[in-house]
Amino acid sequence: MGSMLKMLNSSIGQKVIMSLTGLFLCSFLLVHVSGNLQLFKDDHGLAFNQYTVFMTTFTPIKIVSYLLYATILIHAINSLLLTMANRKARAVGYQSRKDPRSSSWASKNMGILGTILLIFLITHMANFWYQYKFGDTPWAEYSVDLNSGMVLGEPIVIEGEDLHPHEYVRTDASGNEVNVVVVKNLYAVVKEAFTQPLLVVLYLIGMIALAYHMVHGFQSSFQTLGIRHNTYTPLIRGIGIWLFGIIIPLLFAAMPVYFFLQL
Amino acid sequence: MSSENMNLTLKVWRQRNGQSQGSFETYQAKSVSPDMSFLEMMDVVNEDLIKGGKDPIAFDHDCREGICGTCSMYINGRAHGPVKGVTACQLHMRSFIDGETITIEPWRATAFPVLKDLIVDRSAFDRIQQAGGFVSVNTGSVPDANAIPVAKACADEAFNSAACIGCGACVAACKNSSAMLFVSAKVSQYAMLPQGDVERKDRVIKMVSQMDEEGFGTCTNTEACEAECPKGISVTNIARLNREYLRAKLTE
Ligand code: HEM
Ligand code: SF4
Ligand code: FES
Repeated sequence: MGSMLKMLNSSIGQKVIMSLTGLFLCSFLLVHVSGNLQLFKDDHGLAFNQYTVFMTTFTPIKIVSYLLYATILIHAINSLLLTMANRKARAVGYQSRKDPRSSSWASKNMGILGTILLIFLITHMANFWYQYKFGDTPWAEYSVDLNSGMVLGEPIVIEGEDLHPHEYVRTDASGNEVNVVVVKNLYAVVKEAFTQPLLVVLYLIGMIALAYHMVHGFQSSFQTLGIRHNTYTPLIRGIGIWLFGIIIPLLFAAMPVYFFLQL
Repeated sequence: MSSENMNLTLKVWRQRNGQSQGSFETYQAKSVSPDMSFLEMMDVVNEDLIKGGKDPIAFDHDCREGICGTCSMYINGRAHGPVKGVTACQLHMRSFIDGETITIEPWRATAFPVLKDLIVDRSAFDRIQQAGGFVSVNTGSVPDANAIPVAKACADEAFNSAACIGCGACVAACKNSSAMLFVSAKVSQYAMLPQGDVERKDRVIKMVSQMDEEGFGTCTNTEACEAECPKGISVTNIARLNREYLRAKLTE
């Protein structure tokens, strides 16, 4: 164990921390983007709001989310330490520097890309996570027809002390069974937030930074762990570019655009 | 190939010693033959300086045939100049155009302090090598062929890694002044052979720890080193170094 801790102090050990925390963050991106795709559902936000309840109350997920906050902190602090050490190693720079074309722009600007991501993450957490936990997110009451599964129109805004998520079945005037669902309406908060053009622009910038961070970072983390193989390395690079560098940032970026354009 | 002689302007880093503040000085290199090597062109400029009673430009060189790794020079923004796969001594003046201004700087790394002008102290590499880049026992004279079986692929890979001449271009090209390509080549050349296998864990731990102590940066995998290495050492070696180091630490 002592040797392990010393290892993490070495240059390679510090990079292993970057790699493992980075890969954990990648796995989170995958979960986060899949869950949030429910924003696109044409159900006035019911599925999304129910998913939010699950994500914030189910204990194993709560534990993982605290692990996630710690991971972001470790990744960011360690990146600062590495960047400082690397600057110190090149105290005097060149006057005529011309980098070889094979070395990518993203690989040389991970610190700047990461800083943009950090600013984005803080704004993002303040907008939604803080709003949901401590802000005044409104409560909504949805009615769902039990036979067809259809959400019956916009939810009703409800107010009161000590509200908690719950649901029950009621029979309406014409004898239909209706499922009534009471949840915090984070969907409404999201919808409202993305009417602000500045916020939408910040999200788009954040996703561009994410794209570049991933195009270099995903494959780089495997190299850091010593995983390199004639067949699998091109595959890893492909996943890094296409899935993490293009598809995921595009899906995330589509969310603010969808609400801004009121599609 | 043009045979016209060229006139060039050189912007060269001059620095009296490790303590003094350096600066760029401008020199004219007149009537340079395109068939000269870069170092021969520097010799001509220095002859002129000596004739004029001035201090010649100090630069490192030895074999002048691309095998000793001494001729460290950062030319027009590239380690060893614009041509891929060569050292400065193998760079010919035909790679430049008449009238061009050429900027020449020393390797820039805190672990490679400038001694004078273009000469840097690369003894950090020696200390890394001395920390573990060897086999401790006398391996005797050449053994019978096939007495110790070595897979062809391993032998080839070890040989490719052993091609590293310790020139430091990888450090010079890396934005972090990281020595990972050099160290990975030195670790790899032993790790893949039975003679080196016995001490592989001890070796990698000691060499990496010396590398860190010398103040080289860490590896961000920009792969600038591979592009600038005159011997074509591949970053595959860096993955192997990471693997060797992790395995050694986890099973120590
Ligand atoms: C969703 C968020 C993020 C993900 C998925 C992510 C992922 C990654 C991955 C996979 C790597 C490659 C590790 C390696 O080369 O071994 C990496 C590197 C890096 N990350 Fe992040 N990261 C995120 C956020 C951040 C933040 C917020 C910062 C900084 C404040 C940051 C700064 C860096 C830096 C500087 C590196 C390069 C380290 C180096 O190679 O020297 N990242 N990241
Ligand atoms: S790895 Fe290449 S660039 Fe680095 S010291 Fe060896 S030969 Fe020179
Ligand atoms: S002088 Fe020996 S490699 Fe250039």
